[in-house]
Amino acid sequence: MSVDTATVARIASLARIKVTDEEIAAMVPELNGILAWVEQLGEVNVEGIAPMTAVIPNQQRLRDDVVGADPLTGGGVRDKVLSNAPAGEHGFFGVPKVIE
Amino acid sequence: MTDLTDLGVAAIRAGVANGDFSATEVAGAFNTAVADAQPALNAFITLTPDKALEAAAAVDADRAAGKALGKMAGVPIGMKDLFATTGTKTTAASQILGNFVPPYESTVSQKLWDAGAGMLGKLNLDQFAMGSSNETSAFGNVISPWRREGDTAQLAPGGSSGGSSAAVSARIAPAATGTDTGGSIRQPAAFTGISGIKPTYGRCSRWGIVAFASSLDQAGPMARDVRDCAIMLEAMAGFDPKDSTSLDLPVPEWEANLNADLRGKKVGIPREYRMDGMDADVARAWDEGIAWLKDAGAEIVDINLAHTKYALPAYYIIAPAEASSNLARYDGVRYGLRDLPQGAGLQDMYAATRAAGFGAEVKRRILMGTYVLSAGFYDAYYTQAQKVRTLISRDFMDAFQTVDVILAPTAPTAAFGLGEMVSDPLAMYLNDVFAVPASLAGLPAMSVPAGLDRQGLPLGLQLIGRPFDEQGVLDAGLAIEARAGFTARPAKWW
Amino acid sequence: MTGYRIQGATGEWEVVVGLEVHAQISTQAKLFSGAATAFGAEPNTQVSLVDAAMPGMLPVPNMECIRQAVRTGIAINAQINKWSRFDRKNYFYADLPQGYQISQLYHPIVGEGSLEVQLDDKDPESTKTIGIERIHVEQDAGKLMHDQHPTMSYVDLNRSGVALMEIVSRPDLRSPVEAGAYLAKLRTILRYVGSCDGNMDQGSMRADVNVSVRKPGEPFGTRTETKNVNSVRFVMAVVEQEAKRQVALIEDGGTIVQETRLYDPDRNETRSMRSKEDAHDYRYFPDPDLLPIVLDDAFVEECRASLPELPDAKRHRYETALGLSPYNAGVLTAEVETSRWFEALLAQSATQQGKPEGEVAKQAANWLTSELFGALNKLGKGLLESPVSPEAGGELLALIGKGTISGSAAKQVLEIMLETGNTPGAIVEREGLTQTSDTGAIKAAVDAVLAANADKVEQYKGGKEALFGFFVGQTMKAMQGKGNPGLVNEVLKAKLG
Repeated sequence: MSVDTATVARIASLARIKVTDEEIAAMVPELNGILAWVEQLGEVNVEGIAPMTAVIPNQQRLRDDVVGADPLTGGGVRDKVLSNAPAGEHGFFGVPKVIE
Repeated sequence: MTDLTDLGVAAIRAGVANGDFSATEVAGAFNTAVADAQPALNAFITLTPDKALEAAAAVDADRAAGKALGKMAGVPIGMKDLFATTGTKTTAASQILGNFVPPYESTVSQKLWDAGAGMLGKLNLDQFAMGSSNETSAFGNVISPWRREGDTAQLAPGGSSGGSSAAVSARIAPAATGTDTGGSIRQPAAFTGISGIKPTYGRCSRWGIVAFASSLDQAGPMARDVRDCAIMLEAMAGFDPKDSTSLDLPVPEWEANLNADLRGKKVGIPREYRMDGMDADVARAWDEGIAWLKDAGAEIVDINLAHTKYALPAYYIIAPAEASSNLARYDGVRYGLRDLPQGAGLQDMYAATRAAGFGAEVKRRILMGTYVLSAGFYDAYYTQAQKVRTLISRDFMDAFQTVDVILAPTAPTAAFGLGEMVSDPLAMYLNDVFAVPASLAGLPAMSVPAGLDRQGLPLGLQLIGRPFDEQGVLDAGLAIEARAGFTARPAKWW
Repeated sequence: MTGYRIQGATGEWEVVVGLEVHAQISTQAKLFSGAATAFGAEPNTQVSLVDAAMPGMLPVPNMECIRQAVRTGIAINAQINKWSRFDRKNYFYADLPQGYQISQLYHPIVGEGSLEVQLDDKDPESTKTIGIERIHVEQDAGKLMHDQHPTMSYVDLNRSGVALMEIVSRPDLRSPVEAGAYLAKLRTILRYVGSCDGNMDQGSMRADVNVSVRKPGEPFGTRTETKNVNSVRFVMAVVEQEAKRQVALIEDGGTIVQETRLYDPDRNETRSMRSKEDAHDYRYFPDPDLLPIVLDDAFVEECRASLPELPDAKRHRYETALGLSPYNAGVLTAEVETSRWFEALLAQSATQQGKPEGEVAKQAANWLTSELFGALNKLGKGLLESPVSPEAGGELLALIGKGTISGSAAKQVLEIMLETGNTPGAIVEREGLTQTSDTGAIKAAVDAVLAANADKVEQYKGGKEALFGFFVGQTMKAMQGKGNPGLVNEVLKAKLG
């Protein structure tokens, strides 16, 4: 499989990265080079092989339903949450007006 | 008095504990060395001399008060700028986090401070840890302290933990944290003649480390020798309930149990790693390594890791796929860079912010990852890669039925010059061909210095162990270290 | 049963509906963080560093969310998947801090199940089984406010990361009534189970309504999805309006576009949301920050054992063991609070009367559904705000049952109870409402009435049996209304031969 300029433009849009036509033109051969190389995975016989789910066999731990059991992952930290906001106003994050 | 910056972790800790010198003196000496080297090496993004002194003063006070000292007491270290540090800028070497000041501390860095370490500064790295030469940082290249014999060309310190490897090998930090997703601790360690270990996936908490590829990222220490790595890994590792993939296991006493006597151990030599056109010096170093381990009492066994050649392509699907999703949060809404062109809507703001904030390699990987996950391609790429990953892991498990540890080169060549590879992403990716398989299988793996190549540059040997068997890896590393007699260090030209 | 049909210009059309119901799981903390979930907090005060997707933050699942999803699955007789895992659904929006929603696509925790709905209150036979495809657990998104600033929208992440169950029905619904009945029944079950409070006005439960139309017997048409519909009534309206719109559009030569729509209750119509060009490429993949969730048998059994009696079983028991009418059984089991209230009332009444519950259940059911509901209705109150407790109600029923007061006196007592909150015993005593069951006194009164009305006794004996009521009335009047009506009847019948 390979990509063309339209595909790269679509992927860039999906990934929300603004790209110029020149950038797209440069990326097409780069991405195609990488894609052609990863294509060799198709040679591997994977019949009956399950995709890896946990690199070290392990299962999910579940935590108790307690608010703020660990302050590092609890709420009530609005100042911290907003401390780096480019547009933090009145306790909110501001973004350009969205029309739904 | 000895030059304090010549000392490693164990020596500093012992000297501080014995009162041979104070932690404050150590911090001062390294602060000076850092400031002195920074213009030439650019190993750091942010310098924090006050943090180093503050931690040192606390250790000195504890010692004066007769309190017990931690595993890293009095040791100032460099912190890769991927670990969130409260109140100190954490950038991941990207413009998109250029002004980000975390209101929280990563679990691993907190453990190190709790163990008595201090912070010299935040180390440079490849942007979001994506790269093998530290040339993708938004804050400039790191220059390796190493030079080829009779040559002043700037060399790569390896990547992504290039600031860490440069700082430790230049003796401006006794040790540094690294993170390893597909070789980012081991390859830079090999390039700069130091030691570094990536523990079993899940040993070190990922909480508070800027994520690249979640199923692969692991933190680990980079230091001058194996013992220092063992000490520092003990301080970094441990169960963290905040990380679902953290291993709920006690931290072994790796340092106390170090043992270079390998009698009764079997060391596997994977045929598939001996690739066509292998660098002659690398092949020679590998052969020497085999001889050293034999000398240490180990039995050498040839093994097959049949799917080795597929590891790198599988990695370059899985890691970008995870990264494309992990990096979606950098959108200019809650923190970091915001680029809001006149009249732009929300989605335009995202696209402009991410275009301005991410570097070329990061964009390349996000696009790759987006593509392989997109409708119609997911199974062909991502699912196939995860199946191949299962096979790669199985190859290792089969081999570990027979052998205790695997020996291989860390990287296919010694350090290359800055700018030599940047125009060819694929050639750059191939740097990690020997490092990536252990990452995909989540195995503990370490690089130790083996000697110099014909140009006078360091070469590393890699040891790969069973899951949870960091001890076996460290022990074999120690056996090599004892025999390699690696004492070379870069001449101070800065 | 005649199907619901839309009359179009080209003939009859059938509507096909499936619902994806998002139900907030009742927990203290969020799905992947320790922030609180309470409704109505100040903006961004219930947001952890994890919920704000700060760099390096990681999710750890809340056991209670998993447990409640499993309990809900068992309640709809669904397959419980002992191996499940979370996936990421990737898209960009300001209410989605991570740039992905953690959800379950490939391996949901609950598989196939079903529930039975009754389409007509009055007709217990009018049932239909609706298939449920799956229940998965996922994160809720934050909230955008558009009216606080002229050029900006404001983001509040308090809801971000709150646990939801998405309950996906099969496209088995064929009318507004069926869709409404399904949602109402699902809500009832969730509230019985306790996995969701069902507060639709607070957004705890909302439905995405998938609607398509077809000529009967033909394959499914293209469907539209109307998002976030937050009441049973609106769901019914969406089905009706959307079906009509689609039929009109197709018959006009148009085609239905698979799209997302919004319902506008003020205009009672659906409208297209501005479609995002890549809205359908969510790039789902397993979340590498999380591991597979593996449930053991003991966990599932604990979930099963902890379930209360569910509405269908309860309703069946009310009809068979308690002898209630299907209507009363339906009314009393429709809300978990009603059945709880009823069962407390019944227990109290049975104890005080010293009788098995089965013998006094009908009395309790009738009193609750007609007397108390009627009275509360007049006061504009719900059962939970009733000034009369089940204990007091049980006492009142016992007074009736033991013959201490008459039915009409009981109505009076209830009124006073509602006004004053006093106990029925005290009211009866103070108001002197105790009825006389002393047969001697009753006989004396009857004798006096019959003697004073000898002419009417003659007429009665001559065949004018309608006069019986007159004698009852006169006797009661003579006893100031306190005669036990049953005994008065008995004595009169005996005396009149």
